[in-house]
Amino acid sequence: MTELYIEGDPIRDEKAPEGPIEQRWDKRRFSAKLVNPANRRKLSVIIVGTGLAGASAAATLGEAGYQVSSFCYQDSPRRAHSIAAQGGINAAKNYRNDGDSIYRLFYDTVKGGDFRSRESNVYRLAQVSVEIIDQCVAQGVPFAREYGGLLDNRSFGGVQVSRTFYARGQTGQQLLIGAYQALERQVAAGTVKMHTRHEMLELIVVDGRARGIIARDMVTGEIETHFADAVVLASGGYGNVFFLSTNAMGCNVTATWRAHRKGALFANPCFTQIHPTCIPVSGDYQSKLTLMSESLRNDGRIWVPKKAGDQRDPRQIPEDERDYYLERIYPSFGNLVPRDIASRAAKNVCDEGRGVGPGGLGVYLDFADAIKRMGRPAVEAKYGNLFDMYQRITGENPYEVPMRIYPAVHYTMGGLWVDYDLQSTIPGLFVTGEANFSDHGANRLGASALMQGLADGYFVLPNTINDYLASGPFEKLDENTPEAKEAAESVRARINKLLSIDGNRTVDSFHRELGHIMWEYCGMERTEEGLRKAIERIRELRDEFWQNVKVVGTNDELNQSLEKAGRVADFFELAELMCIDALHRRESCGGHFRAESQTEDGEALRHDDEFAYVAAWEFTGTGEQPVLHKENLEYEYVEMKQRSYK
Amino acid sequence: MNITLRVWRQKGRGDEGRMVTYKVEDVSQDMSFLEMLDVLNEKLTLAGEDPVAFDHDCREGICGACGVVINGVAHGPETTTTCQLHMRSFKDGDVIDVEPWRAKAFPVIKDLVVDRGAFDRIIQAGGYISAPTGTAPDAHANPIPKADADRAFDAATCIGCGACVAACPNASGMLFTAAKVTHLGMLPQGQPERAARVVKMVNQHDEEDFGGCTNIGECAAVCPKGIPLDTISQLNKDLLGALASGKL
Amino acid sequence: MANSTLTKQRSTAFKSTVALKSAMAVTGGILVLFLIVHMYGNLMIFGGQEVFDEYSHHIRVIGEPMLPPEGALWIIRIVLLASVLIHAYAAFTLWARARRARPAGQRYQTRRKPVQQTYASRTMRWGGVILALFVIYHILHLTTNNIAPGGASDSPYERVVNGFQIWWVLLTYLIAMIAVGFHLRHGIWSATQTLGANKASRQRVLNITATAIALVITVGFLIPPFSVFFGLVS
Repeated sequence: MTELYIEGDPIRDEKAPEGPIEQRWDKRRFSAKLVNPANRRKLSVIIVGTGLAGASAAATLGEAGYQVSSFCYQDSPRRAHSIAAQGGINAAKNYRNDGDSIYRLFYDTVKGGDFRSRESNVYRLAQVSVEIIDQCVAQGVPFAREYGGLLDNRSFGGVQVSRTFYARGQTGQQLLIGAYQALERQVAAGTVKMHTRHEMLELIVVDGRARGIIARDMVTGEIETHFADAVVLASGGYGNVFFLSTNAMGCNVTATWRAHRKGALFANPCFTQIHPTCIPVSGDYQSKLTLMSESLRNDGRIWVPKKAGDQRDPRQIPEDERDYYLERIYPSFGNLVPRDIASRAAKNVCDEGRGVGPGGLGVYLDFADAIKRMGRPAVEAKYGNLFDMYQRITGENPYEVPMRIYPAVHYTMGGLWVDYDLQSTIPGLFVTGEANFSDHGANRLGASALMQGLADGYFVLPNTINDYLASGPFEKLDENTPEAKEAAESVRARINKLLSIDGNRTVDSFHRELGHIMWEYCGMERTEEGLRKAIERIRELRDEFWQNVKVVGTNDELNQSLEKAGRVADFFELAELMCIDALHRRESCGGHFRAESQTEDGEALRHDDEFAYVAAWEFTGTGEQPVLHKENLEYEYVEMKQRSYK
Repeated sequence: MNITLRVWRQKGRGDEGRMVTYKVEDVSQDMSFLEMLDVLNEKLTLAGEDPVAFDHDCREGICGACGVVINGVAHGPETTTTCQLHMRSFKDGDVIDVEPWRAKAFPVIKDLVVDRGAFDRIIQAGGYISAPTGTAPDAHANPIPKADADRAFDAATCIGCGACVAACPNASGMLFTAAKVTHLGMLPQGQPERAARVVKMVNQHDEEDFGGCTNIGECAAVCPKGIPLDTISQLNKDLLGALASGKL
Repeated sequence: MANSTLTKQRSTAFKSTVALKSAMAVTGGILVLFLIVHMYGNLMIFGGQEVFDEYSHHIRVIGEPMLPPEGALWIIRIVLLASVLIHAYAAFTLWARARRARPAGQRYQTRRKPVQQTYASRTMRWGGVILALFVIYHILHLTTNNIAPGGASDSPYERVVNGFQIWWVLLTYLIAMIAVGFHLRHGIWSATQTLGANKASRQRVLNITATAIALVITVGFLIPPFSVFFGLVS
C-alpha cells in the first residue's frame, strides 16, 4: 500500500489550551489577541460560501467592523444548501429537564462520532450550542412552539434526551434565512460586500499566508483577483463526488481542493455519511436524490420479501413471507438503529437480491401498521408533508403502498484540517462548517450539522480569527503581485484547456461514471481489492476526461457546462485521495464499513490501537503520492468503547 | 413519451431572444421537468450546440433557485417548484412552452436565467431583525403565543423563487415583500423595527420597478410554498399604520 | 439609522404603490356609498311622478336655509368629483407602473393561463374606463338633458320614462350596470384587502360580501329602467 502514499511527520493541534475541558474555550478566548475597533476597518476578510457557516461568519465579522467580502456561486446567498436540512438543531438547553447537559451533548457527540473527533472541539461545540438557539430566536427564527409559547423539542437520532429544536421539517431553511437576513443587514450597512454568482477557482498564497482568491464572475466570465488579510472557506461538503447524493447540484469541492493543492492538509476524506431514508433511484437520467426525514423510522417498519426476486405487489406478500430485518437483527433498537447501521443493513439485503423496486435497490418502509394503530389522521398530522413529497416524486400513494427507501450520500465529515482556531495549515486560511473536518469524527449525529455550522460562524471563528488578524494588516498587494498573477494565469489556462478539448463525452457522463465507481467501491462497504480497482479506474477516467470531454460555448458568458467541468475535474483528484484514505484505514469505523474488519457476527470492528488518529493528507501533485500526517487523538474524558445495538 | 419543447433562447442581456423548438424523445414519466431539460442539454452538447441555461440547485423544492413559466403558468401545472414537477403531469406528444420569469425587475441573463437581485435588496432595506451576534437574551425569555408563531412560520416558508412576480399581471413583488413583513411583524422580537421595516421594504420594492399589487391573487395561487394572500393585507395594514402613527 | 433618512423614507412611502391603492380603496368606498344612496333614490320611481320629482327637487334644497340653494348638492358633487379624479389618477399611475414593470420586449410569448384570477379582477382597468365614459353620458342624459332620447323634459320622472322606452338606451344602461357589477365585485374585495382587513379566515366571507353588494347594486339600478321598458312605470 505504501506505493500509494508516503507517511510524513505527525501533526498536532497547537491551539487548544490544556487544563479542564470546560475551561479551555474561555482560556482560548482570553489568550487570543484582540483587534481594537478602530483597526478592524483596516482589516479585510474574504468568506467563500454563504451557508450557515459562511453567512453567520460574514454577518458577525461585518458587525464587528471588519471589511468582509462574501462569495457564493448561487444567485443569492439565501440559496446555499444548508437550506435543505430538515430535521433540527441540537442544543444542550435542557429545557425538558430530562437530564441533558453540555457534558452529555459532548459525550453523545464524541461517542456518535465513533471516537474519531477531538474532545476539545466537541466540548466547545456543546458549550456554544446553547448560545446559538438564543441568537436565532432573537433574529426571528420561528422555531416550533408549544401552546404555552415556549420552544418545543424532540428527540432525534436515537439519543435519550429531547434536545433538538426544530421548525417543522424546514429547520435548515429557517436558520439559513436568519443568517441570510443578518448578512443582508450588513450588506446594507456597507460592512459586507456581496459577490453572488461568483465561484472561487484558486487561492492566492503570498509569503506562506492566504491572501486572497481568484474568482470567476459566472455571468461575464471575468477572472477576478480579490485580496484580503484572511480567507475563510465555508464552502460545504463534497458529497457530489458520488454524482448522486442529497447535495444540491452545485455543491462542489473546488474551493477546498484548490486550497489543498496550495498546501492545506485534507483530513479524513473517506469519512462520508450515508443516510438510510432517501427516495431510491428511479432511472439512469436521475440527477439527485431526495432525503426524507429520519423521523419516519419512529413509526414505519422496514422490510423486504424473504424470497429473493419476489416481484409481487407488496400488499400481496403475506406477513410470514416478509423479513423485518432490522427488528430481527437488532431486537433492542429495531428500526431505530443509527444511520450507519440501518444503511448497511439495507445494502446487505439488496445485495442478497431481496431489494425491491427498479433495479432491486430499495427496501420497504411500511406505515400500514402505524395507520392501523394511530389512525390515518394521526399519521397525516405527523408525517403528511413527507408523504406528500414522496408522492410528488414517485407518483405512488404512501398511505396505500409501502414507501421504498434506499441509503444515499448526504454529508461529508472529512474536510480541510483545522486547529482549534479553525485555521488550516496555511496561515490566514480558516475553514468552517462542513468544509472542515473537525467535530463529527467518523459519523455525524442527527441535528448536529446545523449546530456546527452556526457554532463556527457565529461564535468560534469571530473569536479566533482576531488572534491572526491582530498581526495585520499585511502588505498591500495588487494584481501584479507574482503569486496573484500566476494564480489567475493558471485559472485561465485551465479554463482554456477545458474549452479546447472538444471531445466526445459530456461532463455529466464523466461525473456519472465517477459517481458509480465511488458508490460501488468507496461507499457503504469497502474492501482493499475494490478500492485498488477504484483508484485505477479513477485514474483512467481522469485521463480520458482531460482528453475527451466536450464543453460547449466560451468563457465570457454564463456557461453552466464550463462551471460543471471545473468542478468535476477537481472531484477526480479528490476521489483518488478518498480511496487512498479509505484503503489505508483498515478498520470499520462510523459511517463506513471495511469488509476486512468485522466481528464474528458481521458487525463493524474498530481498531483503536492502530487508527485512533486523524489522517491529514498533504498534496504533492496530481497522481503523485500524497503525504500522510497523523494527528493522534487522545480521550481524557470519554472512554473508548465498541458500539453495539443488538 | 415524446415531447416538443418551445424554449426561450437568449444569448445575453443584449440579445433580443426567441422561442426555439426542440424535440425530446424517450422521456420517462418519472423524470423531473429539470431532468428532462438535462436530457435535452446532453443532446445539444453532443451536437455542439449551446445547452439551455436554467437556474437550479437543490432540486428538492427548498432553495428557490429554479423557476420557469411552463405553458403560461409559473412553475407549471402543479403547485410546486419546477424541480418538483414531474413529467407524469404531461402526456405523449405534448407541446410545452418554456419561458423565463418576465419582469423589468428580473432582467434575463441568459435563456431561462434571470437576475433576482432585487429580492436581496428588498431584504437589505429592512427584512431583518437587528440582533447582533452575542446580544441575545435567553431563548425562553420571550414566550410567543403559538398562533402568532404559526402565522410567522407560514409566512417565513417563502423560498424567494420569484414565481409571484412572474405570475402577477402587474409584475408586482408584493407577496414576497409581504411574506417577510408578516414573518417578522408577528414576532415580539420584530416589534421595535416593525414600522420602519415595512416603510423601507415597500419603498425598495417600488424602487426596484416592480408593479403595484391589485389583489388579483395569481401570486398566492402559484406560490409553491402556499404563502397566503392575507400577508399582503397585513403589509398594507402595517404600512398605513406606520404612516398614521408617526412612529418614524 | 438617522432620523432624516427615516423622514425621507416616510415621505416616499406616502407616494408608494400601497399608498396609491389605499387612496383608490378609500375613494372607491365613497363612490360605493354614493351608489347605494343613488340606487335607493332611483327606486322611488315606483312612488309615481310626484314622489320622484319631489325627491330630485329635495336633493337641491337639502341644508337650506343654512346652506345656499344647491349648496349641499355641490358639496356632494365636489366630494364625488374629487373621489373620481383621485381614483382615476391612482388607477392610471398604477396602470402605467404595471406596464413599465413588464415592458415591451419583456412580455410573455405564450398566453398566460389564469390560475385563479377572476374575469372581474382582469377587467378592472378597461372596465373603469368604460364606466368613466358612461358617467359622462349618463350626466348628459339625465342630469343636464343635453342628450334627450325620447324627448326632453323638466320633469326628471319624464326624462327617465322617455329615455328607457327606447331599446338602445336600455341596452347601454344594461351593459354599464353589468360593468359596474364586475367593477364592484373585485373593487370591494380589493379595498378590504388593501386597507388591511383581510385575514385567511375572513377571506371567504369578504368575497361573498363583495359579490352580494355588487349584485344588489347592479340589480337595484336595473329594476327601474326595465320597469319602464316593460311598461310597469309609465
